[in-house]
Amino acid sequence: MVCAGTACVSNRSFQIRKALTEEIERHGLQHEVAVVTTGCNGFCAVGPLMVVQPDGVFYQQLTEEDIPLLVEEHLLKGRPVKRLMYTPPGEKLPVPRMNDIGFFQRQRLIVLRNRGLIDPEKIDEYIARDGYFALEKVLSRMKPEQVVQEVIDSGLRGRGGAGFPTGLKWRLTRRAQSNGDGKFVCCNADEGDPGAFMDRSIIESDPHAVLEGMIIGAYAIGADQGHIYIRNEYPLALRRLQIAMEQAREYGLLGNDILGSGFDFDIHITRGAGAFVCGEETALMASIEGRLGEPRPRPPFPTEKGIFGKPTNNNNVETWANVPIILRRGADWFSRIGTGTSKGTKVFSLVGKINNTGLVEVPMGITLREIIYDIGGGIPDGKVFKAVQTGGPSGGCIPAEMLDLPVDYESLSEAGSMMGSGGMVVLDEDTCMVDIARYFLAFTQDESCGKCTPCREGTRMMLHILDKITRGQGTMEDLKTLESLAHEVRETALCGLGKTAPNPVLTTLRYFRNEYEDHILRKKCSAHVCRQLNTYTIIEENCTGCTRCARECPEGAISGDRKQPHTIDQSKCVKCGLCFDVCRFDAVRIV
Amino acid sequence: MARLTLEDLKKIKQTSRRMTSLREGAGRAKITVHMGTCGIAAGAREIMLAFLDEIERNKVQDVIVTTSGCAGLCSREPMATVQLSGQAPVKYIDLTDEKARRIFAQHVQGGQIVADCALAVGSERTG
Repeated sequence: MVCAGTACVSNRSFQIRKALTEEIERHGLQHEVAVVTTGCNGFCAVGPLMVVQPDGVFYQQLTEEDIPLLVEEHLLKGRPVKRLMYTPPGEKLPVPRMNDIGFFQRQRLIVLRNRGLIDPEKIDEYIARDGYFALEKVLSRMKPEQVVQEVIDSGLRGRGGAGFPTGLKWRLTRRAQSNGDGKFVCCNADEGDPGAFMDRSIIESDPHAVLEGMIIGAYAIGADQGHIYIRNEYPLALRRLQIAMEQAREYGLLGNDILGSGFDFDIHITRGAGAFVCGEETALMASIEGRLGEPRPRPPFPTEKGIFGKPTNNNNVETWANVPIILRRGADWFSRIGTGTSKGTKVFSLVGKINNTGLVEVPMGITLREIIYDIGGGIPDGKVFKAVQTGGPSGGCIPAEMLDLPVDYESLSEAGSMMGSGGMVVLDEDTCMVDIARYFLAFTQDESCGKCTPCREGTRMMLHILDKITRGQGTMEDLKTLESLAHEVRETALCGLGKTAPNPVLTTLRYFRNEYEDHILRKKCSAHVCRQLNTYTIIEENCTGCTRCARECPEGAISGDRKQPHTIDQSKCVKCGLCFDVCRFDAVRIV
Repeated sequence: MARLTLEDLKKIKQTSRRMTSLREGAGRAKITVHMGTCGIAAGAREIMLAFLDEIERNKVQDVIVTTSGCAGLCSREPMATVQLSGQAPVKYIDLTDEKARRIFAQHVQGGQIVADCALAVGSERTG
């Protein structure tokens, strides 16, 4: 079994297989010995690798010169060649292999191809792993239209969340009239979704992947200037990006006459100033222009009239980071990963009630169950999974019954959520879904720019109703109003922020309506999150009379003698929950 | 400003690999401390200093210490990957100054993987 993973192939494992097959035939062993290629098993550092079965002998660091000896000694005479074997240290390997660990085994690193392997502040290390070779290939051997076609053929779709076909956007910008005034490419690095850090990680770990993508894109579209809009709350990413750009300029990979091709292109960085709405592309462009970050009606789309009125192609960080490898390995290769409509991989930030919090890159089409349980390691403390929130404040909550949903653009939006930029928040039984909707609405309400009435007034009203419900003051009439408001805001808001702000409400109503009704009709929050709906009582059998709760209670609502069971006076209780938090004997219960 | 050509790119690739790849003789061992925001927030700088300190105290010349971005498993930072020439890399997690120094002595100098600090052996599948 000859390993044919990328690393081994680049170390000539195909040539080794050829030599092996030839040598086997030379000795007439072809009917006894089969040569098969396998995928990567993670031991890339000692490749090229080969395993001989059923002997279970593991050969490493092979060269073509080793093959004749190996075939003669081991396959013909049955004597494994010790010199070429992998010898584990002393005892049996005490530590599991990377590929045996769920977190790593299921991931497929395309965007994150340099993860953990390069110093992002050294351009030479990026080049050592084939960085900028795609750009060289494009500038010297491909016409701009060919590059656009390659991206179209790859099936790459925008990774910022909406999933618009990237190649098509490039083509539209390429064809737009510019009146000789120039065109722009733009990178949206504003990443505002709470809990999302994919773009931050990509820029911190591999800034050149984004730069190379943008230079290739600019060439394809006919742009001579680029803009990166990065949120100011990412100081490390910003610094690494600046260093990367300086180093690229030193090498003439940005600036005039790139790689001697005659193509000129450079990039300007703009920092955000704390507004979530500036992740919306027209607001982003207004901000770059120095104007107030507010969206505007479309058409005209930025591909026609973008930054300073010029045709602009705006893509997300992750989208740009896909471009170099697509050009290097081809649209055909890329389009074989993923599903029919969603090609390639997606990077997710897996957070919340999950054992393995971190950054994961998976092929499209993997199921939510695999991400949460195989990669994420399941829910900590033995708690029960309740829902997974994807797409941030624009997305929705997907319940347990739908865990076998494949992750791709269409499946997620059919379920009422969306792919979003990649934030994936896992929620367990201790989460109140009404409170989750309230949390996201509070966020979008705060971030609403105020320009259009549906968003400005609509989100404020929805938040007001959700606040009432979580305080136990909601009515069924409120629920009807909430739902119809949600639909109206979706239809009429000016931009994506407003249009998608109702999504958390709509999905929680769709899948967790019973929780809303519990809050309204039974004044109950089963997750005990909405404190106004909690009743705190003391269990006599457990109470030791230590008096701690009585001393902590800010309202003096707890009474009892030392070493005697205590009681809570409900008329004085303001439901702050302090007694529950401080009791060490599990004597305070929430009913 | 250097105007690179394809030949220059290839030369840079070769030189860089010679300096950073153990396979191409860059050193006997390589320690990569993962320094994304997650790692730094968890204390990766102290881990880096611990390794550098051990190298200086032991007057070691053939061990490379370098950094990279986030390794992916943010909840187990600080993390470092230790690779000895001719062997698969080992990922260490939940590091402290004490663990880093122990790993240096036992694994980098002594060749023995420190099982109680290690997560896994091997590389991720890329591409």
